[in-house]
Parts: sequence; C-alpha cells; structure tokens
Amino acid sequence: MKFGVVTFPGSNCDYDAFQAVVEGVSQEAVYLWHKEHDLQGVDVVILPGGFSYGDYLRAGAIARFSPIMTEVVAHAKSGRPVLAICNGFQVACEAGLLPGALLRNASLHFISRPAYLRVDRVDTQFTNAYSSGDVLRVPVAHGEGRFTAHADTLSELEDTGRVLFRYCDSLGQVVDAENPNGSANSIAGIINAGGNVLGMMPHPERAIDPTLGRPDGAPLFRSLLAQVAA
Amino acid sequence: MAHVAARPGDPIITPALVKEHGLTAQEYDRVRAMLGREPTFTELGIVSALWNEHCSYKHSRNVLRTLPTEGAAVIQGPGENAGVVRIGDGVAIAFKIESHNHPSAVEPYQGAATGVGGILRDVFTMGARPIAMLNSLRFGSLDSARNRYLFAGVVKGVGDYGNCVGVPTVAGEIVFDSAYDGNPLVNAMCVGVLSEDEIMRAKAEGVGNPILCVGARTGRDGIHGASFASEDLSAASEAKRPRVQVGDPFTEKLLLEASLELIRSGNIVAIQDMGAAGLTSSSAEMAARGDVGVTIDTSRVPVREPGMTPYEILLSESQERMLVVAHKGHEDAVIDILRKWDLTAEVIGEVIADPVYRVTEGDRVVAEFPGSALVTECPRYDVPAEEDPAAAERRSFDAHSVAELAQESDPMWTLVRLLSTPTIASKRWAYLQFDSTVRTNTVIGPGGDAAVIRIRGTDRAVALKTDCNGRYVALEPRVGGRIAVAEAARNVACTGARPLAITNCLNFGNPTRPEIFFQFREAVAGMAEACRSLETPVTGGNVSFYNESPSGAVYPTPVIGMVGVIDSMEHVTRATFSTAGDAIILLGDCSDELGGSEYLASIHGIVAGSPPACDLARERGVINALLDAIVGGYITSAHDCSDGGLSVALAECMMGDTEVMTGADIDLTQWDDLPLRAVLFGETQGRVIVSSSQPERVLDVAAQHGLPAARIGTVRAAGAGLLLRTHGAKLSASTEALASAYHMAIPRIMDCDPATVAIRETEGVGP
Repeated sequence: MKFGVVTFPGSNCDYDAFQAVVEGVSQEAVYLWHKEHDLQGVDVVILPGGFSYGDYLRAGAIARFSPIMTEVVAHAKSGRPVLAICNGFQVACEAGLLPGALLRNASLHFISRPAYLRVDRVDTQFTNAYSSGDVLRVPVAHGEGRFTAHADTLSELEDTGRVLFRYCDSLGQVVDAENPNGSANSIAGIINAGGNVLGMMPHPERAIDPTLGRPDGAPLFRSLLAQVAA
Repeated sequence: MAHVAARPGDPIITPALVKEHGLTAQEYDRVRAMLGREPTFTELGIVSALWNEHCSYKHSRNVLRTLPTEGAAVIQGPGENAGVVRIGDGVAIAFKIESHNHPSAVEPYQGAATGVGGILRDVFTMGARPIAMLNSLRFGSLDSARNRYLFAGVVKGVGDYGNCVGVPTVAGEIVFDSAYDGNPLVNAMCVGVLSEDEIMRAKAEGVGNPILCVGARTGRDGIHGASFASEDLSAASEAKRPRVQVGDPFTEKLLLEASLELIRSGNIVAIQDMGAAGLTSSSAEMAARGDVGVTIDTSRVPVREPGMTPYEILLSESQERMLVVAHKGHEDAVIDILRKWDLTAEVIGEVIADPVYRVTEGDRVVAEFPGSALVTECPRYDVPAEEDPAAAERRSFDAHSVAELAQESDPMWTLVRLLSTPTIASKRWAYLQFDSTVRTNTVIGPGGDAAVIRIRGTDRAVALKTDCNGRYVALEPRVGGRIAVAEAARNVACTGARPLAITNCLNFGNPTRPEIFFQFREAVAGMAEACRSLETPVTGGNVSFYNESPSGAVYPTPVIGMVGVIDSMEHVTRATFSTAGDAIILLGDCSDELGGSEYLASIHGIVAGSPPACDLARERGVINALLDAIVGGYITSAHDCSDGGLSVALAECMMGDTEVMTGADIDLTQWDDLPLRAVLFGETQGRVIVSSSQPERVLDVAAQHGLPAARIGTVRAAGAGLLLRTHGAKLSASTEALASAYHMAIPRIMDCDPATVAIRETEGVGP
C-alpha cells in the first residue's frame, strides 16, 4: 500500500508522517511536492501538520490553493482516503473537504502535551483496528485547534456519527477540564459524509514507537491497511 | 589598493560620530593606522560592527583561551558556527548556545524569537539537521507586572519560532530573581545531527568562486543590533527598540531545508549565517578563516526597499539570510535550489587573489581593508580584575546565624513554600507552549533532569541540558563556575548519559569594571577546572557582557549547555519514582551547608554565605558510579539533588510526573548530628537520589567508586504521601499538597488577572 505525504512550504510533520508509514506499518511512502499535480498513484494521501505558508492570512487558507490540492480534492471526491492531521485538518477545512473551522485555542496559548482521546466509532476505515471504548494517549501540539461549526453542522456531525475522536480524561470521561483547546463537544477528529476523509488535531503519527510513549496512533495506520486489504 | 572615496551624502566623520559608533579614540587611531588614511563613513560602520564586544570578544578572548577545547570526541572546536562532537556509529552532533538578552529586554517576543532563529542557523550551516532546541531564561521576580510581561513574551517568542520551524524545544531552565530585574537573560541552544563526514565549514576558498546572498531580502531592520548588545541597558534603551530584528520562522523553515539541500548538493564551498553585524561580519569572517580576499558589490544585494546605502546594506541584521561561497560555474544550480524553496539567491561578489576586504557599490569602491586585518587587528584588552570587597563580605556571612521563622517549626511548611518558589516550581506553564515532540525523537522532554533525544538509525540517544546557578557564581565565582559544569554533567548522567562536551553562554555585566571582570575571569577558571576534571571540553559558545540595568549588573551567569551520549536505549533513565517497594538511595552525602541556598534566598530573603563546596573528584565519582549502576541494570530512577536540597529533590521524585505520582517513606536520622535545615534544604553538591529494586548492588557499585551512599527509604503508593523521620520528629505531607504547590505556583501567578495577583501580593500569602 502506498501513502503520499504532501509537503507544503512550512509543513514540518511531513517527515513524521512519512516515518510513521515506513517504520510503523512497513508500507511505501512518498513525498508529494506542493507545486506538482502528480499523486504518483498513492492509495492514501496524508495532509501533514506544520505551518503551511507560515499560517499567514489564516491557517490553511493559502495551502488550499497549491497545485497539488486540485488532485488531493479529486482523490477525496473519488472516495479514496485522506488523513488530515493538525495543519492538514485546517487545510482540509479550508479546501471544503471537511465542515467547520479551527479557531485559536481558548487559552490563546499554543499547547503541546499528550491528550487522552476517546474513540467514538470503530467501524470506519480509520479506526477499525481499535476496540470500542479505547482511550488513546496521543500528543497534541497546536495553537489553533478549537473546532467550531454552525449548530446545524454540529448536530449533523453528531447525529450521523461522524465524530471519531473526542478529548477525554484517562478513564475516557469527556470533561471540559481535559479539552485542550475549547473545541465544540470536545471534538478532536471528524470524518466527512463519505467517511473517507479524516481530520484530526492530535498527532497519531507521533504515537507510533513505544520508546517515545504509548504507541496508540499505530492502529489508525493499521486500520487503513485493513481497509485496503479488504 | 583601489581608490576609496567618500560617497556623496556621507556624513563627515567627527569625534562625536566615532563615539556614537562605539569606538574609542584609540580604536579609531588604530583604524587610521591600519588603513594609512581616514576611513570613509561606510568603513567606520564596518569597523564598528566588527569591533564591538559582541562580535570581537575583545575583552574576553584572552580569558576564554584558558578553557580546554580538545578531546577525543571533538571534531570541531570553537571558531566555527557551531561545535561538533562524535557520538559513535559515524554520527556527529553539532551544538551551540547564544544570548539574545538586550533585544529581549526591550522587545521580548521578537528578541526571543530571533534568538532562536539565529542559533538554528548556526547549527544547520554546519550541515546538521536541527533535532532539538533548549533555552536558559532568567527574569526578575514575577511579583512585577513588567517581569510577567517579559516572561510571557519571551516564552511565546521562543515557542512560536521553534514550533513553526518544526524543531522540538525539549529542555531548559527558567530562573526568577530580582538580580535580573530590567535585564532578563535569554539564551537559546540548538542541537543538530549529521554524519561525521558531512561537516560544512564557513571558510571562503578558491579564487574566482562566486559569493551569493541567499534567503530573505535585506531591509533596514536591526542596523547596529550587535553594538546595541555591547552597551549597558538604560532608560534610553527603549528608544533602540527598532534595532531589534523581526523574525519570520516560515522563511527560516524554507531556508533550513534549502540550506541542507544546498550543502548536500556539492555545489558550495562554504556557508555562513548573516547574524550579528549581518553581511559585514559574515563576509569578513569567512574571508579571514580562508585567508583570502573578497569583494562584495552592495548594489547586487536583493533589498526590500530602494535607496539603501552600502552602509545600511552592510550593517542590516535582517533575519533569515545566508552568505554562500559556491563553486565557480555552479551559480545556477545554487539559484535553482533556492528558487525551489521560493527564496532568492543573488551573486554579490567573489573570492579574489588580492589580499583585501573590498566593498563596492557598482564600480565605486566604498570600503577596502588590507588582508584580514579587520578581524585579526581587532583590539584585545586585558583589563584589571579585582573582587568587590562587598562580595567577599557577603561570602563570609554565617548562614547559621539566621534565626528561623516561627512557621519553620514545621519543616513541611518550609518545603511547600520552597516547592512553590517560581525558580523551583514546575515550569510546565512555559513548556506547554513549546512543541516538544515534533520529529518524533523525544524520549524525555521538558521537566526531566535532562532531555533525551534518540538518534534514528542507531541504538543511541543524546542527553541535553542547560544549567547555571548565578547566585553561587555571584558569591564565589570560581566555585560557581565549577558547579555550573558539574551540575549539568550530573543532570545528563541521571538520564544514563556519559557527559561529552559543553557549549557556554557567559552572561556578565560591564567588563570594564574590575569587579565584573574578576567575576568573569574566576568563573571561567572554575569552569575550566571542571571541564578538565569531567573531560567535557568546550566546543564554542558566546559571551554577553554589559548585562546591566540602572539597578546594577545581573548575577554573573555562565550558562552551560551540556551534551551527553547514551550508548544504548535500554539505559535511558527517568527522574521520578515509579515502583512502590523500590529502595531509595542517596548517592553522595549530607553536610552542613546553607550558604547561597534557595532556602536562604526565598524563605529569608538573604543571598549570602559561601556556596556549597564543589569537589570535582566527588563529582566524577557520583557520575561514574551512577552510570555503572545504570548500565548494570540496577537503577529505576535517578534525580539530581540541587536547588532546595534533599527534601525538594525527594518531593520532585514523588510528584514531578503528575501521571505517575508516588509516596515515600524516608529516614534521615543518620544525619541527626547536622542542623535539621541543613539536612533538608542544604544544597550540598555531588548528590543524586536513585530508586532501585536492587539496593545492595547499588551500594556495592558506590563503594567500588569510594562514594558515600546510603539507603534512606522506600517508594510507597501515592496515597502514603511523604513520611520523613529526622531529628526525633515524624514529618508528613500528602503527595497532592506537594504536587499542588509545585505544579500550580506559576499558573496561579500567570493565569490570574493582574488585580488578583495584586491582591495576593498585598496579603503577603505568596504565590
């Protein structure tokens, strides 16, 4: 299975995503340069974290106009998987692949720490290797991660089960005190209506190797393999 | 020699103008002698940029020469953009620390941000991929709104820059003391990894090779930034705010990737950051290192606005720029790589056979200096050094004469109070704002004794730490200098690392004052002794003088940036207790030392007495015994015993990591012959607290090294809290109470609105 990691100017988690694929699930990974139009036949596109275009204007607002994004949007529209992490989530929202937007953290501070995540659904192509009720420990590192959307959109996301990850405590309780950025309904990650685009603020690609902490991000990548194998 | 003429519109050079450029009359005479004529305005600017203290080390060079710089691991010592050491498996580590104190004092956000940017460039110009940032920050007391503003601004500046570039900020130290009122210290350290055979140097070579200016365009910002850093801070400093450069971490990230690609491409001979004193210093230094001539045409430098004079272009400190010497004929390849990253690259000069440093503006020669005289003819001063009698008197103070406060009848009151002192308390409030896990190598991040970063492709890791106790240095500079090195070494050893080498950032007051130069000379002598004894040579660093505000000089603060290597990932050791039932052992001993302690400073407001003794043989013994015990597999955790003494270190072992809190049952009765407060809060050096499931083995190893060591207790579950038997008393405190004091102290100050803070101050409750 082949993963393509997009490198925008200012992307800085492209390397981590690449390594997660190669070291974590032993699959092929290639970098996709933002000025190109060629997806090199990849099965999964990863929009990585970082500060594309310095987050100038608004996080993700410029990156969505990159040449490569035309192909990424087409890839997504055809139902193939896109994993959008952190700044990638912001780019995906700006590109219209996902609803809502990411605002400055409620604290107004950048926040970097491990966060606990509750997996709300395990029947998606991104989460089928998790078990129901799993509580993950995955790093967050962002200044603008406060997910927000129109009340109708939020209801739709909730009613259609499109919230995959929520911030919680170590026991899986969703409490405000554990929400690092003030996001609506403690939302950490959502999928699109087609279920093939996942946007999430936490960094599963940083939770692969047990020497660095709990390897709770690895099943996400394994889930994608199972999906394609199936 | 070419004919050099003044440009139309250049100001006439008067004694006042010379003085404004920070040159003495004698130094100006030296320039005239060097040129054999009067300098032009452009030349005056060039000299002032290179001969200020920040760039020339004119007061420090002769003293710095006494530091040991060689060792088996050293590949590149002082003199390049960064030092380089080998760690095995063909892998090398490039690292350096630098100050950005003055800019941060007037503009904390940009001052700190550009400090991070500058040190990053110093490391990646060596061909190294930056893998970690550290910092060492000092502010006045957080009781002051100005200091809270500086602290918050510096933390945000450090965070925003490093986070955007994508280099994790993994360790550091933050100290609050009124000695830094009005003159905060902001030191940033960068660490990079490269393969031993890939080192790039900043040495211009090859007549005819083109010189290129790459990266951001040159603007009018930061002109005379380096000379601003070479004078005392005063009320007028605020007006020099425009001399502070403005950083753009996004461009830095592009420049980082482009530079590494450029270095690997084989198209270039040398590369150097245009840091302090910009184009002037980078071009003159590269030429001097290669012992070649260069010519630079300022009219070809890409600028942000029209009408910039050669003087402005040469002295601009616009950020995110590099000077590159390419192989002749490879100019287009260089330009292509920069263009790929949306950056500019322009040929602005070349390496020439004439032994001159020449600057032209089109065809007009606006400056010309013979050979590398600009760099080599720089004045050096040996100034008088004499200890301030008041300092000697402070040192002779008997710390035991201080009467205890009534509340101290409960030593747990004192302990809680110390844990909530901002200098001791958890700095989580700051490091939550630093991305510490990007690049996925961070094994131990902020909050540990030292950061541990794994080296991909090997089974090794590096341990990194910055450290200094300025109070000790103020009281007895030589001992303080020794302790700064020894403690940093102990810190990295606690993670399982063999200390390898240091970089240093020497923050002092005005060196023309004999009592300041005494501090400098003595502190460096102490550092040199410790570096020799611990076999950790100095690979480079930075001197920052003139750290004085109207209220006086800062504590002499020689910050040590230590690199250690862990040969196997299985030896990585954490600071906090983890397993109930483990024995707790003190490596080292207790003694009757309270001078210079955090206890005296924060409980009694007294900075006096002799700092704790530093026996370097003992320090070696502790490090060697600890590493032997770790490699033997006997150690569960290891934590250095420093500020606040044994009781603070024990509390940190219990609750430093809020996710793995424990209790501890401690018996200190074997030291009942010493004063209680010396046992609990004295800062005797050469001590480490370890936990172990094989205490006999640990004690055996210590005995083999002739090191005193004793079992002092047992790790318990968190619910048991801290139980402490000493001097006939049974003291206790809950783990939660200790954790709350330690973890909440800074958030309580920083996250409150100013009114609340003011109320708390008037109530005298303390943070």
